[in-house]
Amino acid sequence: MTAGIGPAELVAGIALVALTAYALLGGADFGGGVWDLLASGPRKREQRALIAEAIGPIWEANHVWLILVIVVLFTCFPVAFARLSIGLHIPLTLMLIGIVLRGSAFAFRSHYGHGGEPSDPGMSAHWGRIFAIASVGTPVTLGLCVSALAAGTLRPPGRGGFRESYVAPWLTPFGVGVGLLTLALFAFLAAVYLTVEARQPALREDFRRRALGAAAAVFVAAFGTLGLALLGAPLMGRGLTTAPWAPALHLATGVAAVAAIWALWSRRFRLARVAAAAQVSLILWGWALAQYPYLIPPDLTIRAAAAPRITLILTLWILGAGALVLFPSLIYLFRVFKPAPR
Amino acid sequence: MTDLLAARSQMAMSLGFHIIFAMVGIAMPVLMVVAERRWQRTGDRIYLELAHRWAKGTAILFAVGAVSGTVLSFELGLLWPIFMEHAGPVIGMPFSLEGFAFFTEAVFLGVYLYGWDRISRRAHLAAGWAVAVSGMLSGVFVVIANAWMNAPTGIRWVDGRAVDIDPIAAMMNPAAFPQVLHMTLAAYASTGLVVAGIHAWPLLRQPRNAFHRRALAVALLIGAPAAVLQPISGDLSARFVAHWQPAKLAAMEGQFKTERGAPLRIGGWPDEAAGETRYAIEIPYALSILAFKDPHAEVKGLEAFPREDWPPVAIVHVAFQVMVGLGSYLALVSAAALWLMWRRRDLTRRRWLLRALVVAAPMGFICTEAGWIVTEVGRQPWIIYGLMRTADAVTPMPGLVVPFAVFTALYCVLGVAVAWLLYQQVLKSPQAADEDPA
Repeated sequence: MTAGIGPAELVAGIALVALTAYALLGGADFGGGVWDLLASGPRKREQRALIAEAIGPIWEANHVWLILVIVVLFTCFPVAFARLSIGLHIPLTLMLIGIVLRGSAFAFRSHYGHGGEPSDPGMSAHWGRIFAIASVGTPVTLGLCVSALAAGTLRPPGRGGFRESYVAPWLTPFGVGVGLLTLALFAFLAAVYLTVEARQPALREDFRRRALGAAAAVFVAAFGTLGLALLGAPLMGRGLTTAPWAPALHLATGVAAVAAIWALWSRRFRLARVAAAAQVSLILWGWALAQYPYLIPPDLTIRAAAAPRITLILTLWILGAGALVLFPSLIYLFRVFKPAPR
Repeated sequence: MTDLLAARSQMAMSLGFHIIFAMVGIAMPVLMVVAERRWQRTGDRIYLELAHRWAKGTAILFAVGAVSGTVLSFELGLLWPIFMEHAGPVIGMPFSLEGFAFFTEAVFLGVYLYGWDRISRRAHLAAGWAVAVSGMLSGVFVVIANAWMNAPTGIRWVDGRAVDIDPIAAMMNPAAFPQVLHMTLAAYASTGLVVAGIHAWPLLRQPRNAFHRRALAVALLIGAPAAVLQPISGDLSARFVAHWQPAKLAAMEGQFKTERGAPLRIGGWPDEAAGETRYAIEIPYALSILAFKDPHAEVKGLEAFPREDWPPVAIVHVAFQVMVGLGSYLALVSAAALWLMWRRRDLTRRRWLLRALVVAAPMGFICTEAGWIVTEVGRQPWIIYGLMRTADAVTPMPGLVVPFAVFTALYCVLGVAVAWLLYQQVLKSPQAADEDPA
């Protein structure tokens, strides 16, 4: 292992930040779809309307974080991109189908009718159902892809048969665990955000209960996945349990998780939002730390996968310049549509 | 179906589907902001109605464009991982820039669509312009990346690998300018003229309908100038191809023999086995003049290239004929419309023009699809022209016919849904439409 932080590590770090942004923002949009599917009780209609209103103006911008991650990956770590694309062809394809159906169905549903009221409620509901189901399936496939990376099962192509090369790396108990954990995390984020965005107290309580339920699901899925990691992804399991930084990370994640639940319990919703976002970020960073310096464990390091230096440097410049345009735009977007309470 | 053919078909289908939404995403915001600007200046509510409807159309089409574009960015790896392993670091720059342009577009489209009542009129219009400009830039960057595949500069290719990578030089490749110009004009021409044609149709029956009259005027303002300029940009592209990709030019023209004073062939069917193009109308010396500005210039025929380096000749030739033929029609009709508009004549009294516009409606998109077939199929058998063969770039994953079939089915469903929605929500004339005085 070559020590130190070079341009390759810097770009990889930025990609991790972009992935975190995708999880916190895009992930919550998928979580919104989950709650659309699970809408129930006397305020079913209001729940769905709040979800649609919350994600309508921002989901497309949130989705671009994923594009940014992919572009950085294929520009700066082309060997890794090629290996991921080959070994994860099937779950990535399933994820894409989910992405296409979720986005299109949401747009179709939102724009049925004039000025709010759908002109054809039947068709609108039909697309709404597709939107919701795709919102549940897509995070699971994303988790399956991540699990193969974390487990270190993605070998260079050309060895073994179809099952060993294209199915076995991701279709594992650990993979299913990570898939369900991803789904639970996204649903948790969405419910917490929606407690802040709901204006009616009753609706806010609906999402508070949902957030607490999702927090329980996250708890079960997280420990289940850690157990499965020790059995099925020893590399990740070892990193997460024995590395010198592991206790501090688990402590921080635990504090964030407890803070989120406590804040939800005592109805400090803005604090809950911060804590939930911190919790999800820490889980992602824990995964990244556990496999550092490998981009694709067990053999492909960040440095070995990196593009020539000039590409890395230029990409860093573009990312820096792009950030100057992006962040003011995003801040404007969120200030227009997610104003702070007066 | 071999895996290579399935991969190529899936890529072609995905690109062919996405390009329609991408073009509309580039040009439709311009229509939308022009209408909004006219409403702000004149107070004419019909323009506001138009801006709302076009914004709604843009929203639906942009969403499908965004997700189908995501599919493409993954498909680069899912289908062509070996290509991306080598080309990623070279053409990543324009893709990264495109990422930020796309971000800006998505952010301000959100602001525009949902911000009518939340921000000032001026800020709202500015958001619309931001969408229009960043949408155009997105297209520019992606086309630059594609242009590099036709003219791979900025690398040395040694033992099957790219070395001495210079991503800036790769972006400045000689195909970039002609391709970007041609595609950007195509987006405005196709989108403007499809909207014009759609509104020309009801005007045949109700020539005073104020809604359709204004829609037609704005659509022509965007589409017609681009369609008139397109042949000039096409000439630029053709001369690039003549110098850099002579085999592609030979396939486009059905030119099998190397000759001086080569004729331009209109129509015809190239017979690869016989090595000749039959049934074409030949204009003597015209190809030499168009390609090299010299009636006696030598034009290389396909015979000058090894058989395994030929693109599929008939497909490229026919697609090129379709593009040039329909494109010429669009340029002529647009020129006529612009002339009448300039003379301040009432277009709706010229029924022949309205009919010609209705006929023109789908042609821009057909031209664009044909143009991409010329570009992409004409580059075969290379994925990086002259350096890497498409067959060497494909994924080892077997059974590629399955994802091809799945995505085809998915896109068919989406295409029908989008068409139905647009008809229902955007194109139908408002109830009790106003009439302009005769």
